[in-house]
Amino acid sequence: MIKATELSKEYNGNMVLNITYLEIPKGQTFGLVGNNGAGKTTFFNLMLDLIKPSTGFILNNQIQVNKSEDWKPFTGSYIDESFLIGYLMPEEYFYFIGELNGINKTAMDFFLMQFEEIFNEEILGNKKFLRDLSKGNQKKVGIVAALIGNPEVIIFDEPFTNLDPTTQIRLKKLIKKITEKSNATILISSHDLGHVTEVCERIVVIEKGVIVKDIKTSNETLEELETYFSV
Amino acid sequence: MIKYFLNFERKQFLRSSYWQKSIAINILMVFLVLYFILMFLIVGIGLYPILKKQFPESDPLIILNGFLFYWFLSDLMMRFFLQKLPVMNVKPFLILPLKRSKIVHYVLGKSMISFFNFLPLFAIIPFGIILIFEDYNSTKVVTWILFMCVFTLIINFLNFIIEIKSADTELYFLPIIAIGTGLFGLSFFEIIPLSVLFEKAINSVTEQPLLIWVPLLILIGLYYLNYTILKQKLYIDNTLKVKAETAASSDLIWTHRFGSIAPFLQLDLKLLWRNKRPRSSIFMLVIGLLYGLFFYPNPVYKEMVPMFVFVGVFLTGIFIINFGQFIPAWDSGYYKLLMSQNIQYKEYLSSKYTLMLMSAIIMFLLSIPYVYFGWRILVIHFAAMVYNIGVNIYILLYVGSFNRKRIDLTQRAVFNYQGTGVVQWLVGFPLLLVPMGFFYVSYKFLSFETGILVLVILGGIGIVFHEKIMKFITTKYLDSKYKMIEAFDQKS
Repeated sequence: MIKATELSKEYNGNMVLNITYLEIPKGQTFGLVGNNGAGKTTFFNLMLDLIKPSTGFILNNQIQVNKSEDWKPFTGSYIDESFLIGYLMPEEYFYFIGELNGINKTAMDFFLMQFEEIFNEEILGNKKFLRDLSKGNQKKVGIVAALIGNPEVIIFDEPFTNLDPTTQIRLKKLIKKITEKSNATILISSHDLGHVTEVCERIVVIEKGVIVKDIKTSNETLEELETYFSV
Repeated sequence: MIKYFLNFERKQFLRSSYWQKSIAINILMVFLVLYFILMFLIVGIGLYPILKKQFPESDPLIILNGFLFYWFLSDLMMRFFLQKLPVMNVKPFLILPLKRSKIVHYVLGKSMISFFNFLPLFAIIPFGIILIFEDYNSTKVVTWILFMCVFTLIINFLNFIIEIKSADTELYFLPIIAIGTGLFGLSFFEIIPLSVLFEKAINSVTEQPLLIWVPLLILIGLYYLNYTILKQKLYIDNTLKVKAETAASSDLIWTHRFGSIAPFLQLDLKLLWRNKRPRSSIFMLVIGLLYGLFFYPNPVYKEMVPMFVFVGVFLTGIFIINFGQFIPAWDSGYYKLLMSQNIQYKEYLSSKYTLMLMSAIIMFLLSIPYVYFGWRILVIHFAAMVYNIGVNIYILLYVGSFNRKRIDLTQRAVFNYQGTGVVQWLVGFPLLLVPMGFFYVSYKFLSFETGILVLVILGGIGIVFHEKIMKFITTKYLDSKYKMIEAFDQKS
């Protein structure tokens, strides 16, 4: 589904990402792990064509992301709060994203019903603007908005941070449900080794922009990762 | 410590991506500054001989002092709209081992080194020197100069208080206009002869140098007042508690008739209505509408027809200028979202175009009553509207693709009075003066009708080639996509 070839990003002679080849097959839950500055967000930004690659390219379902915009209809993402529109209420925000994806209001209300558990009555019907919500609640809105339109590729940058423990568990359940029900490819980055090993089938570790480990998740993975990072 | 503050600010200024892009504006500002300095110098040098010639009987200094009240009023009004208050992101400093009072003193001190405080010196000092040459008592002259300096600073801090107080209110410019016209009215209709009182006050100070303590005490009092107000604002809960307002939702169903741009149109309307800064551009419409009243009834302008074009373009274009020049920065907070969503740039820009188009038409319709001052005015307004729609909107949309300055709609930082400054008005001038120039040339050499025709044709060309022009502008936006994302990501 996703192919990165000879992909690199350089800032003033500083190589922040350098991936010779990375392929993520359709339907895989893919975890990206690495310390600060390893290049996780850079990779996601490149995938969303928010920054320009220095060399190489990314194919998303055969479409080169910096050449054509046709990948947008089937790609959902949430990177950070700059994906939220502060002066909208959560409902209005969902309707807006829905309309961009050709989903009308009624269909959207129906779609949102399945997230009642995650929202925990703190999001919908409270007549609050997004800018007045807490960080955790903002994140919930962003994550759900990324799922609008049943995307085939879903990108979450650090989805677990700022969430309360209950929601973290519910989110893990949700991600598992999506992988079972649809054939979506999910890309997640996280600093919490426990969470990623629990959700992802495959984990890639990057360090200073280079892939250093590519693991198929098993029972020993968590231990392996912990040893790697405890240097 | 102050050394650090200054250093931080220099870095913030030089390292923002805005700086690199706005060199042209900076150069323009320098010219403007030089121009004003020159003007004030000329006034300072020329005033004495002129007054002496016009009124040989009276003392030029006394005459000048008589105008002090009007100086006070106009300086206060000018500053309110043009002077930028020192903005500082204080939150990071609050937890450091730093006295709060120091931060406040710094901000207040910084406001004193504003250009607006130095400008009067260019007139005051030459005037004073001439007075000494004309055999005035030098103690008297020095006292006068000193008084004027204190006077300028008093205006500075008074303006500071007014701006802080009115920043919290909805129609931020109403208080100053109310104060200004109120004081002027009181004096003009001689209910309280403020202008005479001012004159008497300064005359007694120049006669009795020791009385300089009175204005000095007023200055200290104002400074202290400012200090207490600002210090109260230095707690984050003071700004955080700001009403988690419950929102009224509206469906804006009528926007659906605009087809594919409807979601963006709804978004823009909410943007305008729910954020303080863009909302002020709606209220500006009222000012724009009343603007004609300054000119049309005035017999002085009766024969200056080209001036009416200026008014017409301003009146029908005030929203275009105020809103248009910050496209696409209004959406800078969530620009990444827009770029990763399934949207077409063209629709996004069309929505902005439609909004500005509607504003021009509505303003024209509302300005119809001006026909009372002559049918020509109505014709001029119509031509100005067509010109705005067919030329100015495109120019602003095009210039927008060079926009690199983030606007923080959600920011509630203390001391954030981001808003009107000189630059905002500067941008508007070419948009207003160029059509006036076109009209002037054809009016002068041919006729009124030709002038109107020229404007309508220019606008008409833009309207006819709408699709082509929008396509061109869209490619410009696509070209600078990455740069914009990067720049809008930079806070402050």
